This record gives sequence, C-alpha cells and structure tokens, in this order.
Amino acid sequence: MAKTVWSMCGMCSVRCPIRVEVEDGKIKWIEGNPHLLGGALCAKGSAAIALHKDSERPQQPLIRRGGRGAGKWDPVSWETALDYVAEKINNIREKYGARAMMLSCRGGPWADLPKAFIHALGSPNFTNHDSACGRNVHHACKTLYGVGRKGFIYDIKNTKHLVLFGRNILASLRVAEVQQVMDMLDKGGRLTYVDVRQSLTGIKSTNFMQVRPGTDYALALGMIHGIIKAEAYDKEFIEKYTTGFDELVSFIEPYDVNWAAKECGIKVGRLKRFIKEVTEDRPKVVFHPGWMLSRYRDSFYASRALSILNVLMGNIEIEGGQQFPKTPGDCGIKGLRTLDSQIPKPEEKRADGVGWKYKHFDKGPGLFHLFYEAMATGEPYPIKGIICYRHDPFNCFPDVTAQKEALDNCELIVSIDTHYSEFGWYSDVILPESMFLERETPIATQKGPKPRFILRQRAVEPRFDTKPSWEIFKRLADKLGAGEYFPYNTIEEYWNWQLEPTGYSIEDFNEKGFVSLTDKPIMYDRDNLDGKFKTPSSKIEFVSQVLKEAGLPSLKPYESPQKPAKGKFRLVFGRSPVHAHGHTINNPLLHELFPENSLWINTRSAAKLGIKEGDLVDVIAETRKGTVKAHVTDFIHPEAVYTVHGFGRQVPLQSRAYHAGMSDQKLQEGLLQDMDPAGGGLCLCEKFVIVRRSSRNPKRRVEL
Amino acid sequence: MNKYMLYLNSKRCIGCHGCEVHCKTNKELPVGPFLCEISHDPLTAVKGVPKTEFHFRSCYHCEDPYCVPICPTGAMIKREDGIVYIDTDACIGCMACAGACPWHIPQFNPATGKAVKCDYCMDRVDKGLKPACVSKCTTHALKFVTLQEV
Ligand code: SF4
Ligand code: SF4
Ligand code: SF4
Repeated sequence: MAKTVWSMCGMCSVRCPIRVEVEDGKIKWIEGNPHLLGGALCAKGSAAIALHKDSERPQQPLIRRGGRGAGKWDPVSWETALDYVAEKINNIREKYGARAMMLSCRGGPWADLPKAFIHALGSPNFTNHDSACGRNVHHACKTLYGVGRKGFIYDIKNTKHLVLFGRNILASLRVAEVQQVMDMLDKGGRLTYVDVRQSLTGIKSTNFMQVRPGTDYALALGMIHGIIKAEAYDKEFIEKYTTGFDELVSFIEPYDVNWAAKECGIKVGRLKRFIKEVTEDRPKVVFHPGWMLSRYRDSFYASRALSILNVLMGNIEIEGGQQFPKTPGDCGIKGLRTLDSQIPKPEEKRADGVGWKYKHFDKGPGLFHLFYEAMATGEPYPIKGIICYRHDPFNCFPDVTAQKEALDNCELIVSIDTHYSEFGWYSDVILPESMFLERETPIATQKGPKPRFILRQRAVEPRFDTKPSWEIFKRLADKLGAGEYFPYNTIEEYWNWQLEPTGYSIEDFNEKGFVSLTDKPIMYDRDNLDGKFKTPSSKIEFVSQVLKEAGLPSLKPYESPQKPAKGKFRLVFGRSPVHAHGHTINNPLLHELFPENSLWINTRSAAKLGIKEGDLVDVIAETRKGTVKAHVTDFIHPEAVYTVHGFGRQVPLQSRAYHAGMSDQKLQEGLLQDMDPAGGGLCLCEKFVIVRRSSRNPKRRVEL
Repeated sequence: MNKYMLYLNSKRCIGCHGCEVHCKTNKELPVGPFLCEISHDPLTAVKGVPKTEFHFRSCYHCEDPYCVPICPTGAMIKREDGIVYIDTDACIGCMACAGACPWHIPQFNPATGKAVKCDYCMDRVDKGLKPACVSKCTTHALKFVTLQEV
C-alpha cells in the first residue's frame, strides 16, 4: 500500500505544498497538495523524482585537495568534515574575532536555522541573495509603507486589473499564483503587461506595451500623471493615510502621458486607454511592484512608483487589492518558537555597513555583495570565513572573476547544498544536504488571509551520505560550543519545541500536511489601519523621512537611460517555466525540455548583422564571451538582447549542464559593486554587449 | 465508440510543459520518449498584443487505428471503451506501429526496448482517477472528458 507523505517542493524557492506517495521506499507519485492546489504542479515539481534518482550530485562530504576550483576532492566522513570546518572556524574566531565569519542563505521560510547558527557563533553577519534580486522592491515598499515587500499579498484572483512591469508571472510560476491569474482572466479581468520583449505572460495580456529598455520608471510616472489628472485616485484614502501628496502632485507635473509614451517608444493611445481602464476598474487594480528588480539604475524608483500607484488606487486591505498578510497572532494563536530569538544578538556592527553606514537599508539580511568589499579591503573589518547555505553567489551575482578575487582573502569557504553549485566547486568544503524528498525541514509559518503552519516530512531515505540541514547546523554548533542554542536531537524534538507555544502537535499535520489557523479569511478594518504603516510618521510617506535623512530623494527626477553604442546591445535576462535559474539545469528531465539557452535578438538588428534564426552568435563583454544560438524575433526591442538565466555552468561533474548555453552573470563584468544607492539592489541590466555571428557556424565540413 | 477524450482549454494553458513531465514521471520514462506534447503557433499580433495558442497532442485513440492490425504480435490492443494500449509483455519493440501511425505516435522506450504510447493512464482511470497529465496540470487547463452517447 502506498503511503502519503506531506512535503513542500524544493525544486524552486516557491516551495509549493505537495503530497508524495511512497511504496516500498520508492516514490510513486508527487502532486500539489490537493487541499491547497487541487493536485496541480509544474514540470519542475514532477522532475523532483529525476533529481532524487540522479547521481550527479555530491554524495558525501568533500574537502578540497589542490587549488580552489581545481575540482580535486577528498571524500570524507561527516565527522571528519565537521571537525575540519569547526577547527577552521575556531582559528578564525581566535585570530580575527567571531565577526570575521559570515553566512548567506537562500532566504525563505526556514531562514531561522542558519541565522541562529551564525548568531550563535557570535557574528552579526547573516545575509542572503536578495541584493541581486528583490532588495529594490523591498526597500521601495519600506520607504513608502514602512513595511517590506512581504508586507502585502495581492488578491489577484479577485482583482479586475493586474498590471505587470516585466514581472513574468506565468513563467516564474508560483502554482497557486498562476492559478489565481488564470481565474482572474477567466472572470474577464484585465492584464496589462509591460516589458522589453513578449513573454509567456505577455501573450495572455489584454494590453501590452513594449517599452525601450530602462524606461519603466518613465512609464510609471506617466501613469501617475494620467491618473492624478483624471482624478482617478482614492481621495479619502490618501487624505486619511498618506503624507506628501502635494509634493507628489507638483513633482509629477512634467511627466505627462505624451512625454511618457515618447520616452518609452509606445503609442500614446495605449497609455490613454490604460488610464481609462484603470479609472473603470479601480480600486480593484493591482500594480505588481516587481520581483527581481536588480536591473536598471532607477529600478528602485520605478518600483516605488508602482507602489505609489497602488496607494493612488486605494487598493489596500480590500478584496481584489493588496492585503496585509495575517499572522498566527491575528488568529489568537501564539507563533512558532524560533531559535534565533533565544540567542543574544551579537552587538558588533555588520561588515556590510547596513544599519550604521547605510541606515536606510533593512538590517535583516543586509546586502551580500558589500561583504566582498570587506573581504577585499579589510574594511570595516576583515571577513575571513564564509558559509553559503543553498545559495550560489556565482550563479546569482555578477562578475564571477571579481567575486573569486575577493574570496581569495578568505581562510574558509564552505558550501552546504543539495547539488554542486558553482560556488561549491570553488569552496574548501562541500557539506551535502539531502535533497528535499530525503529530508525534513522545520515547521514554517505561511502568512496570508488564512495563515497556516506547514511542514515537510521525509519521503524517502537519502540515497547517499547526505544530511538534513537541521542536523548539519546542530552538529556543527555542538562542535563549536554553541549546541545549547539548538535544543533538540531529533527532528521530532525540534518540531515539538517549535510548536510548544502554539498548542498544536505534530499529529495535527497528519491529515492535510498543514494546520490552518482560521476557517475564514481575516480582513482588518480598512477604516482603522492606524499603526499598520511602520514609517516614522505612521503614514504612507510619498516623501520618505528615512530617505531624506539619508540625503536621498524620494521622488527622483527622471533620467533617460543610456542608449547602447553602435553595434552594442543591452543584455537582459529572465526565466523559463521549466527551470529555476541554475538549480535545475542539470536535472535529466528538465534538461531534456530545455537543454541550453539562446539569445533573442530583434529581426531588424539581426538582419544588419547577417544573423539568421538558429545561427551561433558570440556575445562579448570586455574579457568574456558566450556563444549560443540566436532566436531572431520581432518581439524584442532592438536595443536589447535577451537570454534565460542560469546556463553556462562550469561544474564538470554536471555532465548535462556543463558548458551548455551561456551565463549572463559571467558577462556582467564590472557590475559587482554597481549598487543602487537608494534601493541596495545591483544594476544587472546595465551591461552592454557586442553581438556577432560566430565563426563557429560551419561553412563546410572537413571530416577526415 | 470512444468513451474518453483529452481536451485542452488553450485559453487557460500557459505552455509550462508540466503535463509532459507529469506523464513521463508517472510512466517512469527515461530521457527520450514523450507521450504527449505541448506546442504553439508563431506569435501574431491581435489588437496590438502578440498572441499565440497552445496545442496539446497525445495519442488520438483512433476509432479505426492503423497501429493495431500492423502489430505482428497482437500487442497493440483497442479496448471496449476505445483506449488503444500496448500489452508490454507481448510487445517485441519492432516499432511497426510507429511506422503505421500517420503521426508516429508510438515511441521507442530505450529503458525497456519496447514501444510505449499514451494509454489515457488506464490504470489510473480504472481506479476512478484522472490521467496524470490532467490531475497535475498546473492551471487545470487540461480535462479528461467522458463522452456521453446521445
Ligand atoms: S500542464 Fe497544463 S498549463 Fe501547463 S502546458 Fe500542460 S496543459 Fe498547459
Ligand atoms: S498510435 Fe496512432 S494510429 Fe494508433 S491509435 Fe494512436 S494515433 Fe491512432
Ligand atoms: S493520458 Fe496519461 S499517458 Fe496519455 S498523455 Fe496524459 S499522462 Fe501521458
């Protein structure tokens, strides 16, 4: 008889709830949790089984032999590997103090464990990948509402109009969210899509605007202008909950729709039609503030403008708008106990400067790339040891050569991951985590209109000598004299310890894999949102006091983006529905669907360069070159070329992914410290590359 | 008379290729054969929006299948309810069925050395479940329809 195991998918960072059927220790079936997703799952989720069966992943702890990146490893026991790491950490602590250690993790619902670990060592230096992802969006929300980007959820299903600026929501594929979008469209809702190219999401849109790369901010300003002029905003809401509206009105004056349309290279009629639609649809209009917006020089301001548009709609805490995610506390239930809250906060300043040098940034995870400066310069103090847990900086941060130079100042580099990350390949020690079907994870809280606790049970035993992270961190902490902060020996003890204040027990998860903390969705009283906006003024601040104190504008005058020099293109990147960046490229079944990326190039630009569909093209930065097939299309702006991120991997033991396709981040030379001073995000689409037809296209073949 | 049909609501389909992998993993297929496929037409602008439609294709389970009579061992069988399936024990992997099928639907499974094709997941259907591709379709765009005789 097959037994049901409740888990959460680990193929991408969405972590969809899943139900796994196991028989005789074998996985028979994986589907989306029927209670939450009606069984639905994406290609990656099903391909988890291929990951489980794949042997091209680290099979036991490895300690480097030979130079970094040489790819020579000594397979060792867990005891040996953990002793080795502990000794190195102790040396670093003795020589430079605990603060010389840093840890970066993948973020998400289980950050408590790695965060607790680095804090238990006595270092404040906890970080994650977000400065190459959503930091601009997060800080844009924070400086406007006083709450970060996770401070709102979007009730897409019930909205009348969803507006997406480059948010390729259907390809990024959070299953529950995709279902909401399709439900909304089925009900006759509108979808406006703005991008430099047409995408999987754009083909479903009712209004599509292909803009010149880097002009999103201009378009958002034009929208603000149009909406204010049409008086299509919620005056009462603005009166009650915001400050700085007059400044916004005078600031916006020069940016009318005609100007915006011209700047973005779109027909003004489209923009006017959009304003008219929004007037009809408000307040049930959601402007998605963006997800991965480490893109252009002004992405922070573009995202802030999108959030301002939401405020103008007055879409907060309404059906079909933005809602505050409800917590266990809102259901009268105590939250899960966390490890980190039991540990004395390290008093040291952060090495990335966040919280003291950069006071306007969120201290939580800080900004990863700034630690490289500390490594390279020893300022404000040296960083000598780095642990990356399920985070591959070489895959997500630009300019890998510059990263390696900084890392060479470290005495210890550790990678904890389920697969060979590119960073892992360069590290000193790889501690292999069991893939998600082979491990449990701590219980997580999922906030929302109906908050819940959810867990991941172990479906099958690990195929190799790998361990779950709760055990890795615990054992390492024991060896470092910090075991007291990890008060468990088994996962059951850990779960029970987490659950104790809540009144629930592990058995409560057996039926559905989660515990719902309320039957009915909870909504706050929209007329009494006082205290919900955590800005200095407790209002939504069009003009942010925090930014003012940092000497930064809140409403920044628009500057037109640089045009590519003759013969060059702006390199932009995105994702496909069948891959989760670099994590899945080597998965046998996903590789089969999408083995290598291509370069999208506009038909006219391609014609000038003599490039035809399917030709190999060289994509050239200063010292680096990638070669891939061209996809020649009308549906990309002539200034841009586009590729799917995550390819061009260089780990020889990943035989399928090895050198397949091209890596955008390796071409992004010089961008590692190109940070948006207001948003903290990197400007990864500020790279211009030369494209030429490759000499590798065969003219004739000499076989013998 | 065929009893079943797979229907794709292409308005709802997002072209995520989930169904292809759901099918492959359910049938434990290696790299190589696909029993269903999602495809789309080239993009064309409709009212200024570049659009396309997705198509889903598996086996047509023909009323009068070409693949059945050609099979030298009688491994290709059409059930009462219309499902055309392969009796794997009897299949010798000669692939005559693929040659006879106008769309080359039956595929060679390198892991077993035999032919394999869509059987509407009849083991699941006989248990009252839906086919794998339908059960797990990301957007529930794909439907398994039981045809009514009128
Ligand atoms: S899984 Fe569903 S939505 Fe995805 S491609 Fe298949 S039919 Fe379309
Ligand atoms: S394999 Fe081809 S001939 Fe046989 S039933 Fe399917 S579509 Fe018809
Ligand atoms: S019905 Fe079953 S065998 Fe046929 S395509 Fe769908 S999943 Fe594959």
